[in-house]
Amino acid sequence: MRDPGFPHRHLLGIEGLTPLEITHLLDLSDRYVELNRGSDKVARVLDGRTIVNLFFENSTRTRTSFELAAKRLGANVINMQVESSSVAKGETLIDTAVTLNAMHPDALCVRHPDSGAVKLLSEKVNCAVVNAGDGSHEHPTQALLDALTIRRRLGRLNGLLVAICGDVLHSRVARSNFYLLLTMGARVRVIAPRTLIPSQLESLGVEVFTDMNEGLKDADIVMMLRVQNERMRGSFIPSVREYFRFFGLDRAKLAQAKPDALIMHPGPMNRGTEIDSDVADDVQRSAIREQVELGVAVRMAVLEVLSKNNAAYKAAVGQS
Amino acid sequence: MSKPAAKPKVAYINARLIDPAKNYDGPGQVLTGDEVILDVGKKLFDTPPADAEVVDCDGACLAPGLVDMRVQLREPGEEHKESLHSGGEAAVAGGITTMVCLPNTNPVMDDEATLEFVARRARRHALTKVYAYGAVTKGLQGKELAEMGLLAEAGALAFTDALKAVADAQVMRRALQYAATFDLLIVQHPEEPTLAGGVMNSGETATRLGLSGIPREAEIIMLERDIRLVAMTGARYHAAHISTSDSVEIIANAKKRGLPVTCDTAPFYFALNELAVGDYRTFAKLSPPLRSEADRQAIVEGLKTGVIDAIASDHAPQDQDTKRVPFPHAAFGGGGLETLLAVTLDLVHNGEMSLAAAIGLLTRAPAKVLGLDAGSLAKGSKADLVIFDPERAWKVIADKFRSKSKNSPFDGRAVQGKVLRTVIDGRVVFDKLGG
Repeated sequence: MRDPGFPHRHLLGIEGLTPLEITHLLDLSDRYVELNRGSDKVARVLDGRTIVNLFFENSTRTRTSFELAAKRLGANVINMQVESSSVAKGETLIDTAVTLNAMHPDALCVRHPDSGAVKLLSEKVNCAVVNAGDGSHEHPTQALLDALTIRRRLGRLNGLLVAICGDVLHSRVARSNFYLLLTMGARVRVIAPRTLIPSQLESLGVEVFTDMNEGLKDADIVMMLRVQNERMRGSFIPSVREYFRFFGLDRAKLAQAKPDALIMHPGPMNRGTEIDSDVADDVQRSAIREQVELGVAVRMAVLEVLSKNNAAYKAAVGQS
Repeated sequence: MSKPAAKPKVAYINARLIDPAKNYDGPGQVLTGDEVILDVGKKLFDTPPADAEVVDCDGACLAPGLVDMRVQLREPGEEHKESLHSGGEAAVAGGITTMVCLPNTNPVMDDEATLEFVARRARRHALTKVYAYGAVTKGLQGKELAEMGLLAEAGALAFTDALKAVADAQVMRRALQYAATFDLLIVQHPEEPTLAGGVMNSGETATRLGLSGIPREAEIIMLERDIRLVAMTGARYHAAHISTSDSVEIIANAKKRGLPVTCDTAPFYFALNELAVGDYRTFAKLSPPLRSEADRQAIVEGLKTGVIDAIASDHAPQDQDTKRVPFPHAAFGGGGLETLLAVTLDLVHNGEMSLAAAIGLLTRAPAKVLGLDAGSLAKGSKADLVIFDPERAWKVIADKFRSKSKNSPFDGRAVQGKVLRTVIDGRVVFDKLGG
C-alpha cells in the first residue's frame, strides 16, 4: 500500500506538495536522525531493494549522502557516474532509462545538469525517481533537509523570516526552498545583485532585495547560496572581491539579522566569496554541519516512502 | 488520389464562397477549366454546362488555396525530417496550395544551383506550388551578401537568413541598400542573438522551471533597429513571426510613417502562450519563444487591426532525436502545415474576425506581401482552391500527420475546421469530399 502521508511515485520537486506531505516527510526524517546518532545505524526496511545513484554531474557530497541513506536502510546501492558532456545528452538519457529498466531498480536518485531532465527520465523508467538536483530547477531533498534543520533548531517553519542570498538565477536549491518555505508559511526574501535574480521572481511569492543590510533586517534564518566560480569572471559579477564586499556574509552584515539568526549553506562553501569563515564556523550561529548530518536522515525518509510506494504501484499495475 | 478530370471543366455548386478580395462570404458557384477560374458568381447557371464535371460542395466553404509564406521543407539536407514530397502531402491536407520555403537547407540556398535544384525537385515531387527565399548572406553567416540579383532572376521571391537575424547592423544596412537597388524584399527573423541565448520566454514560467530566458526585448530591439535602417535605406522589409505587443506597436508606427514595412505571425503566437511549455514540453519550444498571455492578446489585436499583414504556418519539422531530449537541448520549432487553417479559424470561432478576413490573412495577404499571383478567386486566376467545413471538429493528433515530423505544440488540441478538398491548377490533390 502506498504511504497515505505521501502517496507520490516520485519526488521530482517540492512545487505542488502540500504542507501535510512535507510535514510527513520531516516527521519521518526526525526518527532517522535518532537512529543515525546511535551506534547500530541500520534499519532493515529496504532489505533486498536496489537503489541506483545516477549522477550526470559531479557531486561527492550529495551522492555520498544518498548512498549512506540507502545503505542504512539495508538496500543494495549502485553508483553510476555518467559523463554527460561526452555524448549527445538526450540520447544517453533515454538509452540510460532503457538500460536501467533492465536492471529492475526500486529507486533512482538522479542528478542532471539540465532542468527538466530528471522528469523526462522519470517518464521512461519503471521505478521511483528522486530528483537529486536538475539544472537550475529543483533539489527537493536539500530543501527538506534545510527545513528539518530549521524545525529542529527553532521548532517551527511557519512565520519565520528567511533570507536567501546569492546566485538565485542558477540555483535549484533556492527554488526548492522557495516552494517549501512558502508552502509551510514562512516569509522568504531574496538578496542578490540584479544579474543573479531571475525574471519575475516576485511572482513566486518571494520579496526581492538588492541590499544585504536591508534584506537581512530581522531575518530568523540567513541562507547563503554557493556562487559558482565560472560566474565570477565578469559576465554576472565583476570580481570575487566586489561580490564579497556587497553580498558576502560577514559579521557586520549579519548584525542586521535577529541576534540569534541561524546561518545556513547548502555547501560546498566558497569561503571568502559568499561567506566569511568567521561566520561559517561559529558553532552558535551556523547550522551548516547539521545540514549535512540531517541530509542523510531526510534521504532515508524519502527513499523509504518512495520504495514502498513503488512496490505498491508495481503491484497495482501488475509488473514484477 | 488525384484523378484526371474526365471533362474539361469543373462546376462547383452549392458552395459558400469566401472571397477575401471582395470581402464576400455567401452562396456562390465557380466554373474552372484550363487550370484557371473561368467564372465565379452568386448564380452562374441553373444547370451546369454539359462539358463540366459537377462538384456539389453541399454548403461547404470554397476559398482560394492557402498561401503559406514561411515553411521549412528540409530538402536538400535533412530529408529524414521532411521532404518536398512529404511536406507537399501535409500541405495539401491543410488546404495549402502554395508554399514559400526558407533557404536554410543543406547546402544553403545562397546560389542559383541550389535554388534551381529545389525548384526542379519541387515540380516533380511536391503536390503544391513551391517557391523559395534566397539567402541574404552567403551560408547564412551574416557576413557577405549573397548574389541576390542573380538569385532573384533564378526565381527567389524574397530574401532572408531564415532562422537567423542579419545581426550585424552594417551588413543589414548594406543588404537593405542592395536589395533596394533591385526592389527586392528582405525578410527578417527579428531577434537580437546576443539576447537570445535562452530556451524559452523570460518570465515567471522560465523562472519556475529553472530554464534560461529569452527576453521580449531581443525581438523588440532588433525590430526597432531594423525600422531605422529601413527609414535610412528605403528598402522593403518584412518582419517574420512577430510575437510581442511592442512589435505590433513598432510595426504600426512604421506603417503610419509610410515606411515599406510588413509583417506576419504564426498560429503559435496567437493561439498559445508560454504556459504551453508546461512541464518541459519540448514540442512547445519555438523560435521566437511562446510569449505571455498579454503578448498573445496583442498579436490577436494586431491581426484584427491589420497591423499584422499575414499568417504563416512557420512549419519547422523536427525528428524525435531533436525533441525527445532535455528541454535545454531540444531543437526549436513546430510543425504547422496541417493545423494552419483549423487553428486560424479559432479567431473566427472566438468572434475575433470574420471568416473572409481570416481566409484573407492566409491567402491574399501573403500573396500580396510577396507579389505572388495567388490567393484569388477572381476570374482568370489560377484554379487553386480549397473546400472546407469551417465547423467540423477534430482533434490534432500529431502522430497522424502526413508530415514526416510529428512535433506540434497543438498536439491533442480540439479544433474546428476540416479541409475537404484541395485543388491546384484545377487538379484535385487532396480529397475527402463526401467522405
